[in-house]
Amino acid sequence: MKTVKLDITKEHCPMTFVKTKLELEKLSKGDILEVILKEGEPLENVPKTVTEQGNKVIEIKNLHDDIHLVVIEKG
Amino acid sequence: MENKKKISIVLFSGDFDKAIAAFTIASGAAAVNYEVNLFFTFWGLNVIKKYKTRNAIGEGFLAKVFNFLMGGLKNLPLSRLNFAGASPKLMTNLMKKRNVATLKELIDASILLNVNFYACEMSINILGLKKDDFIPQVKEILGVAKFLNLAENGEVLFI
Repeated sequence: MKTVKLDITKEHCPMTFVKTKLELEKLSKGDILEVILKEGEPLENVPKTVTEQGNKVIEIKNLHDDIHLVVIEKG
Repeated sequence: MENKKKISIVLFSGDFDKAIAAFTIASGAAAVNYEVNLFFTFWGLNVIKKYKTRNAIGEGFLAKVFNFLMGGLKNLPLSRLNFAGASPKLMTNLMKKRNVATLKELIDASILLNVNFYACEMSINILGLKKDDFIPQVKEILGVAKFLNLAENGEVLFI
């Protein structure tokens, strides 16, 4: 099992979830992807779309200000 | 996989901004697991030509002149306020500055996410082109009947 970090705080739609999807494709089942993202569109859409695709969101926490961490387990 | 959501986009326009719209939807939809078909026709073919700048390709004199004038990915005009080709470059710079994906990034992402590229048989015929004149990601050259087949039971957009 490995853990990979992905920072998409500077990205905008559609690259927020495009990059997340591409990163997830590189991982194997059970691996962890930690995504750092901003409030608004990314925080609303990234957890939703990865769940729809059979992955699991383990944790969402606020790091500081409008920056959040979403921990995803690849399904 | 049978009931996978699907979107088929016809890109008729060869305008820079409209190509961005098409590839934004295509890559976004593919990222959320849609099956995505991009069908390039007429001016839209400029986006997927192998030569990215003006080139006199095609069979016959008129086709060569026409293809030269149409150009490729690197000289797509903005649909408004083009200013002789200056605007797409300014726009790309602005997009980079604002961290919005550029057209090239959107096309690359679409390719990585297995978006299906198809080219229109009829317009390719008019322009005297062949499959080899397009990027290798173009899966097939096809007509309306096959397109309707591919698009069946999905959303369709015409840009």
